[in-house]
Amino acid sequence: MSGAVAPQDEAGVAAAVAEAFAAGAPLEIMGAGSKRGLLRPVQAARALTTRALTGITLYSPHELVISARAGTPLAEIEAAVAEHGQQIIAEPPDLGPLLGSEAARTLGQTLGGVVATNLSGPRRVAWGAMRDHVLGVRAVNGRGEVLHSGGRVLKNVTGLDLCKLLSGSHGTLAVITEITLKVLPAPPATGTVVLDGLSAEQGVAALAAALGSPYGVSAAAYLPSGAVGQLAGLAASATLARIEDIASSVTYRTTRLAETLEAFGRPRILDDATSRALWRSVRDAVPLRNGNGNAALWRVSVRPSAGPAVAQAVSAAFDARWFLDWGGGLVWIAGPATEAAHTAVVAAAQAGGGTWMLLRAPDGLRAAATVIPEEPAALARITRAVKAALDPKGILNPGRMYVGV
Amino acid sequence: MIQQPEPKRDVLARRESIVAGLRALLPETGVIADALRLKPYETDGLPAYRQLPLADAVVLGLMRMNQILDIDYADRCATVQAGVTNIGISQAVQERGFFYAPDPSSQLACMIGGNVAMNSGGAHCLRYGVTANNLLGLKIVTVEGEIVEIGGAHLDAAGYDWLGLITGSEGQLVLVTEVTVRILRAAEGARAMLAAFRSNEVAGACVDAIISSGIIPVALEFMDRPAIHACEAFAHAGYPLDAEAMLIIEVEGSVAEQDALLDRLREICARHDPISMKVSSSPEESAAIWKGRKGAFGAIGRISPDYLCMDGVIPTSRLPDVLRRIGEMSEEYGLKVANIFHAGDGNLHPLIMFDANDPDSFARAERFGADVLKLCVEVGGCLTGEHGVGVEKRDLMPVQFSPTDLDQQRRIKEAFDPQWLLNPSKVFPLTSPPALAHAA
Repeated sequence: MSGAVAPQDEAGVAAAVAEAFAAGAPLEIMGAGSKRGLLRPVQAARALTTRALTGITLYSPHELVISARAGTPLAEIEAAVAEHGQQIIAEPPDLGPLLGSEAARTLGQTLGGVVATNLSGPRRVAWGAMRDHVLGVRAVNGRGEVLHSGGRVLKNVTGLDLCKLLSGSHGTLAVITEITLKVLPAPPATGTVVLDGLSAEQGVAALAAALGSPYGVSAAAYLPSGAVGQLAGLAASATLARIEDIASSVTYRTTRLAETLEAFGRPRILDDATSRALWRSVRDAVPLRNGNGNAALWRVSVRPSAGPAVAQAVSAAFDARWFLDWGGGLVWIAGPATEAAHTAVVAAAQAGGGTWMLLRAPDGLRAAATVIPEEPAALARITRAVKAALDPKGILNPGRMYVGV
Repeated sequence: MIQQPEPKRDVLARRESIVAGLRALLPETGVIADALRLKPYETDGLPAYRQLPLADAVVLGLMRMNQILDIDYADRCATVQAGVTNIGISQAVQERGFFYAPDPSSQLACMIGGNVAMNSGGAHCLRYGVTANNLLGLKIVTVEGEIVEIGGAHLDAAGYDWLGLITGSEGQLVLVTEVTVRILRAAEGARAMLAAFRSNEVAGACVDAIISSGIIPVALEFMDRPAIHACEAFAHAGYPLDAEAMLIIEVEGSVAEQDALLDRLREICARHDPISMKVSSSPEESAAIWKGRKGAFGAIGRISPDYLCMDGVIPTSRLPDVLRRIGEMSEEYGLKVANIFHAGDGNLHPLIMFDANDPDSFARAERFGADVLKLCVEVGGCLTGEHGVGVEKRDLMPVQFSPTDLDQQRRIKEAFDPQWLLNPSKVFPLTSPPALAHAA
């Protein structure tokens, strides 16, 4: 976005926010801007971007920690840890192409953007979310004060955990300036057990058996036949369970897992290269990329066994394209950008006892819709009080998550 | 020295009405009927300073809320009341091969509500994470008395991460009455090995080498000479009494996978001039190895009348320096110390031995402990990894946090608890800026 303030360092962020605080002038907070289309549109005359705050400030592979300024491209961090055979644990998705933003094409996503939205990929089901691995943050609150929480050690219960509070807060509480993540060795080999042609209910039952097996399944997804499309190695609907480990263990575990899943069909085992490409596609929701570029996109999170019912309900309500990750618990949905479709998604998520997030829609729908669930009154009061505790004048990304917050 | 004040008379007089109020809030069985028997809320099962009611606080006991409410194997979660013990969850699901991952040494006694309050870890959190990483939902009671459910059986909140903020908040924000945890299927098997070394430094270097090799054992525990001797006398686990330092390393998988991993670990250890290495050959032997480690606090209790258990965390690369400094402090203060810790994640548990009947000994122990924690912060670590700040460490908070940080945390506390009624006088230093010193 042109015209955005792009401070060169944390002190610059603090000064810019302090100035906005004094003036009571709202700021749109962003990194590269690839996720500006998430949730509700922000009403702010000015934008502040962390994209100039770049660089890895600490990387200690043998201590499993990496620190970087918030505007560092995620790809740069992924490359740095890959050089030491390590990986970002939560496997964050690259939704740029799906969200269709120009910024995403040119700049990619930043570390700060990924943490601020707490977006995690397929490995989330076994190894935790982005927020689970945020060990430390530095940030500037809505008064322009520099804060820090956590640190660079793997365990820490000293004081309130602002790392978790700020992760997933979409820039509404503070501007994150630097982040320390736990990283882990990247398993050298990957394999996938696939069952072809199951219904969603059968598929999720198979995934429950896989995740309930002793073989350490690190991802579990169900792609209906409509979502399989051009993905290599798949034909009919695909029920997928991934093993990541050393090569000999991947061979052993995929074999044993396939035996376990014989009750559900005739399992096949996909090789390393096919598996990696396939899970990258699941991670980035590639099955929803084709088709109408104006379609709305949702992520619904429910208990895994409720995933098929959510898919069925939205399919009954509109021309939905969907697939399931996280053992069935994460329902990715694309459909018409209409209030009726959104209402159907909300109803399905509520019936499943879970939550939803509107990822992409025209501004009109984004502004009118409850893009994430409203909280019960007691929590809504606390949400507003915590917002005021960090951003008393409501100048940071106002309205991004809830009206008036 | 920490003072334990007498409750105020007017509060004592109000006990009956307080119990009546609680009865309205909680199920019948959650309230101890006899007002005179109001007992401490169990936090982490630790013997020292288990509960310290301060000033005019009333202690709310949740230990009778001890029901397991739901176990769902298909969705891999369990919902339990706050007073269920940590091990009680694993025991309830073990017949199906499942377990609840965080396993603090106190797991026989500590309750899940306390684990949530302290974000407890344990020996296996290098692989499986701490409490916060294993929670799906909470039922909470706000200070206004509202009962609210957070999360559920699904992953990730859409709004602010209350689950993450409340976990580890030491009862400062809300009361937790029910917890939905993830349950995991256990690996096919697990086996431990012991490796004994000639110095703390060499053992520390071996820890580095293991992590750098790309192997993340499910547990990687360190004990120094005093700890080895105390624990061996207690558990008869075959610990090497001639060693200065010892590692317990555990791996999981099929027998063949265990063999392959243990072979690689033995090679790494062999490069560090070990005195001895021993791989457990049976489940009984593995159990004995863990009995020694998990019984460490009790074992120290057998050789010293009293001890302070510290809980600092350091970057693992600073291990040799920090252990050397702790050794020097031990000389300076004239108090023995045994070091036991989770080496993979740098969580130190130095046990400082003293005699509570000797006020000078106690005072030295407290100063020694504070110096250890300051050292942890100085080398880039923190004051507490899993035991919490409580009263003991509240005045050290400014060592780790700036005044702005502490003010911000206090404002967040106030968003939940405007009158500072929940766990008053804990976590935050009493010497606070006047405008925010509500608790003092």
